[in-house]
Amino acid sequence: MTAAGVVALVLLLGIAAYACAGGTDYGAGFWDLTAGGAERGRRPRWLIDHAMAPVWEVNNVWLIFVLVIMWTGFPVFFRTVFVAMWLPLALAVVGIVLRGAGFALRKPARRLAGRRLYGAVFAIASLLTPFFLGAAVGGIASGRVSPGTAASVANWANPTSLLFGLLAIAMTAFLGAAFLAGDARRFGAPDLDGYFRRRALFALAAVAVLTVVMLFVTHGDAPHVWHGLTHGVGLALVVLAAVAALATGWSLLGTAEARWSRSAAVVAVAAGVFAWGVAQRPYLIPVSLTVTDGAGATTTLRWLMLVTVVAVVLVFPAVACLYWLDTHGALEPLTDADLRGRAGDDA
Amino acid sequence: MIHLLADPPPQMLPARSQMAFTLAAHIILVPLGVALPLITLIMHGYGLRRDDPTALLLARRWSAVMAVQFAIGIVTGTVLSFEFGLLWPGMMGRWGDVFGLGFGIEAWAFFLEAVLIAIYLYGWRRLPARTHFLLALPLPAAALLGAFGILAANSWMNTPRGFVLDSAGNPTGVDIRKAVFTPIFGPEYWHFVVAMLMTAGYVVAGVYATGWLRGRRDRYHRLGFTIPFTLAAVCTPVQFMLGDSIARQVFHKQPVKFAAMEIVWKTDTHVPEYLFGRLHPDGTISGGIKVPQLDSILAGFRPDTQVTGLTSVPADARPTAAQATITHFAFDTMVGIGSLLLLLALWYGLVWLRRRRLPASVWFYRAAACAGVASVVAVECGWVTTEVGRQPWIVYQYMRVADAVTATRAPALWTMFGLVILVYVFVFGSFLVVLLKMRTRWRLADASDTAGRGAPETDNPYGPRSALVGSGPAPGPGASAGSEDRS
Repeated sequence: MTAAGVVALVLLLGIAAYACAGGTDYGAGFWDLTAGGAERGRRPRWLIDHAMAPVWEVNNVWLIFVLVIMWTGFPVFFRTVFVAMWLPLALAVVGIVLRGAGFALRKPARRLAGRRLYGAVFAIASLLTPFFLGAAVGGIASGRVSPGTAASVANWANPTSLLFGLLAIAMTAFLGAAFLAGDARRFGAPDLDGYFRRRALFALAAVAVLTVVMLFVTHGDAPHVWHGLTHGVGLALVVLAAVAALATGWSLLGTAEARWSRSAAVVAVAAGVFAWGVAQRPYLIPVSLTVTDGAGATTTLRWLMLVTVVAVVLVFPAVACLYWLDTHGALEPLTDADLRGRAGDDA
Repeated sequence: MIHLLADPPPQMLPARSQMAFTLAAHIILVPLGVALPLITLIMHGYGLRRDDPTALLLARRWSAVMAVQFAIGIVTGTVLSFEFGLLWPGMMGRWGDVFGLGFGIEAWAFFLEAVLIAIYLYGWRRLPARTHFLLALPLPAAALLGAFGILAANSWMNTPRGFVLDSAGNPTGVDIRKAVFTPIFGPEYWHFVVAMLMTAGYVVAGVYATGWLRGRRDRYHRLGFTIPFTLAAVCTPVQFMLGDSIARQVFHKQPVKFAAMEIVWKTDTHVPEYLFGRLHPDGTISGGIKVPQLDSILAGFRPDTQVTGLTSVPADARPTAAQATITHFAFDTMVGIGSLLLLLALWYGLVWLRRRRLPASVWFYRAAACAGVASVVAVECGWVTTEVGRQPWIVYQYMRVADAVTATRAPALWTMFGLVILVYVFVFGSFLVVLLKMRTRWRLADASDTAGRGAPETDNPYGPRSALVGSGPAPGPGASAGSEDRS
């Protein structure tokens, strides 16, 4: 495989990681939005706050990583996408900021009105951001942009884009609910476990319906991707995604351990993202910009690979350490009280 | 025709304004992101070594501030990465593969930092003290690595190299090592790192200096003041040397920028130095204090040193008179603040050497309380100096800002800029609210004897996960149940 091919794969990995990690957070926002009134939604929102707090920054860094790989590895591709998809990407970034601020502000807000406002900002932004990112991807997949395309509404307001946007929302909802069900157990709230399992199944059904619709729509609207999804490796990945989705559904229905449903959900979404990426081969943008044509300087790509390898060597142990500590209950806060207690003991 | 070419496209003003605004906002958070981990760990290490609960309390509270700041910084940093594409697609499309690698390093460093901060923040209770401390030790290194990446990219924009242009004017033959380690990189990096240490130190110390002025003169405030202030004070003279060195590097590597910084109009020897003062389009200077010969002496240690003037290049390849004046004011303000901080550091150092104690003068604490804000202003000024002084180039002598800007129309950009201002006011307002609420809670916790009731951290959005009030007894080994149970 050429250097450009490897970096394209790294880019796809980054997108899949963001879809899974960031997607889970957006999904939590989706369920926050639909949790109902202040009293009815109190406990789900409480769980969402606690489950998201330690991880959402790490999850967001994937996006920065994706952008960096794009402009360093495929500068022409980066320019094309950001020129043609100006509006959806601008709206997505506003959504990202509002989401962060809404999440940050909700807890300190004491009064109900304030909490409602910040909560609504957080939740609505969680809905809009994946939609616009998905719509941008849909515009690329359907080959509506090519180097030199000017920004226009048609680039992202078309059947494939709208479906990709909706699918992105459904996928985040699915991931979010599957993870929150596991968190409900971890935090000792069995009622919320069932609550989120039902919602995960519901979202899974929505994903399935949208996927089927998408296969019909892309047939005419994005023929290259449709062909890739229904043949060879693309098809294999689609099948893998379907099997993983079924496995998630099965483990959500039963009493399987949370990590099974979580892992299966992640595999389903990641396989879906990979299927799309593989279906686009050999194009970054079908059918106008190939990976080879869009690639930056070869030396840069080699260095980018080297940096990636070094970073993986550094970052993987750190992430593994974080998860190990988290799952072994080592990550719990120390409050002022503990220190004071110690000081008191000494006295 | 020439006039037409020189006219910037209408979308340049909103694009530039938005970039300047978002960068200026992000930069406020950077010193805390780069240097607060180190300051916190010094305090933490001190607390562990002396078995000092006060030091540990301070370190833990600072770690909570660090977490909030890091969260907001990630959000504003994400905005900047999007803006590269939304506002300057021309630059990224042509030069992305030449200078983008620095950002790649930075993204991974950020990742590492996010993970380590999560471990540090949530590891206080259950991890063995030593393990917890050791796991956090790579944090400052990760922060320095992130700064390395960003500064490599910025210094490349100032002194670009590591490529050759083909016949169509596109870069080929990329040499990454040359593109990362450009001539101005070393001076810029060290100047930046020390500036971050100083700023974070003075900002944190300033909080406790304010407390001291308001009569809170306990050990908690003394310790919270002394450690960050000492670090910043030690860095200040170092920064003075580094600042002098980078100015001379700019003189050699970016002579036109140096001319803007010092408002030198015509290339000449025996050039005077102007403290402030305003440059007019015809080359005259009004206002300011003129010191004969000084600029030549500063640039080359001799009065007959030749200093390149703005007129050495055509008008469309140099900052305008207004831009030069802005650069000059920013530069002089930064140097002025740096000099005052040096005096403050000397005051502190002399008292310490002679009497082995903190200065007692109320004026010292007043100055120390202002030092934090002053250093943030200095950081902003330094950034204005390097960015405005580079005009009209986005890539020095290779690409004009006007050629990099997006084709999106001005009204759309103005709308987005307005939206961004609203959102940022909201975000930074929330940042401030969160910090103030934390402070109030801590103060209440310090004042109340029944400490621990209602765990002070419960409401902190990023801070430690609180014990799950309202969901039954918290799981986990009963042995380490906090003192909530005791009260």
